[in-house]
Parts: sequence; C-alpha cells; structure tokens
Amino acid sequence: MSLRGIFSPGPLPPAHLTRRRDFWLSIMGIMLLAGVLMGVERLAGGYWVHMTCLAAIYLVLAASYNLVNGVTGQFSLAPNAFVACGAYVTSLLTLTPAEKALSFILEPLVWPLSVIHLPLGLALIIAGLVTAVMAFGMGFTVFRVRGDYLAIVTLGLGEVIRVVANNAQSVTNGPLGLKGITYLTHNLWWTWGLAVAALFVLTRLAKSSYGLALKAIREDEGAAESMGINVFWHKMLAFTTDAFLEGMAGGLLAHLITTISPSLFTFFLTFNLLIIIVVGGLGSMTGAACAALLITFGGEWLRVVEEPMNILGLSIPGIPGMRMVIFSLLLMACMLFMRRGLMGKSEFSWRWLLACLSRRRGRP
Amino acid sequence: MLAIKGLNQFYGESHILWDISLEAREGSCLCLLGRNGVGKTTLLKTIMGLLPARSGVIAFRGQDLTRRPASDRARLGIGYVPQGREIFPLLSVEENLRVGLRRGAEIPPAIFELFPVLKSMLHRRGGDLSGGQQQQLAIGRALALEPRLLILDEPTEGIQPNIVREIGEIIRRLNREAGIGVLLVEQKLAFARRVAESFCLMDKGRVVTSGAIEALSQEMVAQHLSV
Repeated sequence: MSLRGIFSPGPLPPAHLTRRRDFWLSIMGIMLLAGVLMGVERLAGGYWVHMTCLAAIYLVLAASYNLVNGVTGQFSLAPNAFVACGAYVTSLLTLTPAEKALSFILEPLVWPLSVIHLPLGLALIIAGLVTAVMAFGMGFTVFRVRGDYLAIVTLGLGEVIRVVANNAQSVTNGPLGLKGITYLTHNLWWTWGLAVAALFVLTRLAKSSYGLALKAIREDEGAAESMGINVFWHKMLAFTTDAFLEGMAGGLLAHLITTISPSLFTFFLTFNLLIIIVVGGLGSMTGAACAALLITFGGEWLRVVEEPMNILGLSIPGIPGMRMVIFSLLLMACMLFMRRGLMGKSEFSWRWLLACLSRRRGRP
Repeated sequence: MLAIKGLNQFYGESHILWDISLEAREGSCLCLLGRNGVGKTTLLKTIMGLLPARSGVIAFRGQDLTRRPASDRARLGIGYVPQGREIFPLLSVEENLRVGLRRGAEIPPAIFELFPVLKSMLHRRGGDLSGGQQQQLAIGRALALEPRLLILDEPTEGIQPNIVREIGEIIRRLNREAGIGVLLVEQKLAFARRVAESFCLMDKGRVVTSGAIEALSQEMVAQHLSV
C-alpha cells in the first residue's frame, strides 16, 4: 500500500481499507505515546512523571464517567464512591500483612483482609469487580429515579461510602486512612496502559449497538423503551462498566499518592470529573480524554500566575490561590463561548485528522 | 390480535380509564376517536407498557402482556409512534432506524421503499428534519422492528396535506400488503374515515361506542366529538 493511499483522505475509500488504515494509524499513535512516555520517564523529573500518571488516571475516570453522564445521559454524581472503593480494595489487597498491622493501630484489620497479599494486577481486577458489584447493587435504587432526583440519590450514595470509610475502622482504618502503599516503579506504564485500554473499550462500546441504545436512552427514554430497548439493564450496563474502570483507576491512584484517607474522596473529586467531561463535550470519549489532559496539565501550568511577577516595571507579589481564580474564569469563558465543549458529541477519528492535515497542506 | 379487557388506569388517585375493552384485528385499521383529554394517549401508552395498568388484561396474539415491560412488547411485535413523534434528535436518521435492531441486522429495505426521503437523508441528524420527515422517520423507526401491530398517536398533527395523504396511503398499504394491524388515534375525522375500517369512540375515559367506520353517524360525532 502506498503512503499516499494512507495519508490522502480524499473520497471515502472502501470500508476494509479504511479499517486497515485506522488500525495502523492507531498502532503508530500508541507507539508515539510509548515514545513520549519513555522520554518522560528518562528525561523528566519525578514531578512530571507524577503529573503524567495523574493525567492518565483522570483520563480513565473522566472517560468512564462520561459513559454514564454523557453517553447515557444519566446525571450520576457517584464517581467518588467508585474511586474510593477501588482505592481501598486495591490497597488492602496489595499492602503486606506486616504493613497493615502497622497501620491499623486503633482496631486490628478484619480477617481475611489482614493476611491477604496479592500482586497489583490481580488486586486491580478484583477492585474493579468489587466496585462493579457495588454499582450493580446501587443501580437498583439509583435507577428508580431520573434526572435531578438521580443526581441527588447518587450524591447521597457517594457521601454514604465516604462516611462508611470514615467509620468502618476495622476495614478502612477510619480517618487515619491507609499509609505506605507502594509507589510503583513503572507507574507510567500501569496508568497509561489502563488509560489506553479503557479508552479502547469505551470508544468501542459507544460505537456498538449497545452504545446506540445508550444514546437513544439519553435522547428519549420512553421512545427507547418502545423500540425494544430494556432501559433499566442498559443503564446498569453503563453504570457497572463505569464503576469497574473507575475502581481500577482508583486503585492506581492509591498507588500513585501512596496514602489514602476518606477525606480524599469527597464530592470535589466528582466535581472535578464533571468539569472535565463538560469541557470535553458531554458524550465524547475522546473529548473527555483531551479535557482530562488539558485540565491536569493546564492547572499545573497556571502555577506561573501565583509566582511574583514583574510586568512593565510593576512588580506583582505572588498570590496563592490565584491559579484557581484564573482557572474558574477560563472555565466560565469555555462555557460561554464553547457551550458544547471541546468536541461536542463527536469523536476523534483518523479520517478527521487526515482531512485537517490535508486542508492545511493544501493552503498556499 | 390485540385484545383488551376491563382495563383500568389511574394517575395517582384519579381514575383515567374505566373498564376499557377493545379488539384490533390483523391487517385492519382501528381508529380511536374522542375529544382531547378523554384518555386516548393514556390508553396507547398503557397498551405499549409505558404506563402500568391498574387492572384488566392486555393480550397480544394470545399472550398476556399486562405485566410485561414496554421493551418486551416491542420485541413481541407492537410498534409505537408516539404523539409529537419523539424521534431521537441528535442521532442520525440511520441511527434512529437502527436503534431497535439486533447487532448486525440490516434496516428492512421496505422502509426506504415506503419513505424514499429517509434514504437520501440517512446521515442527517433526526432533529434537522422537517416535521413531516420526522413523522416519516418515526413511523419508519417503528417499522424497523417489523411489528405486527402499529400504534400511531395522531400521526397527522401539524403535517402538510400531501404528506398526510401519503401517510394515509402507507397505512392502507401496511394493512393490505403486509397484513400489519394499525391502531390509530386521530382528530381529523375525514382522514379517519378514509383509512380506518373500524372505530372506537371514547368519552370521559370510557369506550362509548364502536363498530365499522361506516357506522360512525353524525349524531355520534355531535355527541362525543364536537366541541
């Protein structure tokens, strides 16, 4: 196949050729990402590695949250519950019995958690499954209501999980939290591995016949139901898939920050994710992914404004918190001028990128 | 094909449908007539399962549907075109038609034969279509599941005359050529007389009279339909 055939979008080539082209472009994209990650690992300091990992975790959280809020249109406010569940389960499974005994000073950890010690991969999968089961149970209550009521119920459930984490001393160590969770040497690869896998699964799901049914539910539940779609079970599918991925991401988050406590999983976590998916465009997976990167790195970049500055001979002292003021202003501007977010409801596609590139190349 | 016996429906404590009994036959069009607010749409929604019936029996082709969810009823062969169309505005025409289909299933070509305009607008968003086109899409979408009974709630509301005629013609073709039964709610009496074979007249939540459409007399219209 000639390169020209690959790179010129032109009129639509046959479907199997487009698929093959997209496949190879995706492989190239992943290799490019791997190259960037290797560069970050080798050349950048620990701080940038940490930020890059955090961006990947936010990417997974936002993209999976988008499945429920953006694609299915169910205004859930429960992600903090899922992340908390995933983080606690993973940490309790990967900490060694000795470390656990050291942490649980007020009340000993219940058996068998006190003796279990599992490798990270297995612990993450178990955390995902436990969170998904929890979401499945919650779904029976949550999906009895819709719209604003659903938001309130999920908000309540998120708070319940946090309060439980605060008080179940013999399981979560209460407000003291869990400490000494291993920092992974290959954190970048774990987090970005999960990010790529999650994005792949979520975009495939959104494009499948299930995804179409979920979008139909978002548009009109009654009409979807009368088109033979079992609305309740489809909502459950979105909710549990979201929970599974968020649980896993929560596990990786715990291993990135190495100390977790209930105060980490308040409503603000959900709120941050909500901002990300709205900025990215409700319903667009790749939009959520871009916004996750933009907001994680942009937030850091804005730290510049908190430093003392000298503009035209006028020296301005650094104001702590200025970053958040500017951040909020930018968000407001974004909502005023780009109401549909970065991507609206559309997804990134290679065809779109190629078309953009060839338009630019064609310009005199 | 569709047999309803002693159906009662409530909104909270207010009794909306009182002991409704009616029957719709295969390959025939039954028109439900009545003034605004007599419970026609409520009855259709109850038949479709979008509202739970308080008592009574809804049977379709020998199966009791009374406690089955709407999605089951759609799979068993009841197609529903709601009032005001309710197409999925942000989905494309093609996606609208595909929504109910199983994975890998094709949109029945007959739909494009009945509504050629949909074929040319396959990639347009449903919400961008005109009112008449949206109505055709709504009917096409319901037909995608290849129903045996099609429920139409005021399909001619706010539609220009030539498309109203077209819809009438399509209902007759569905009856004659595909043997699909149609349960129609209609305010336009002339349209009802043209396409329906039988009628069912409702007043204050009750079926007051029914019969062949030719038997619909001027007195009945004056008593139960005119305002």
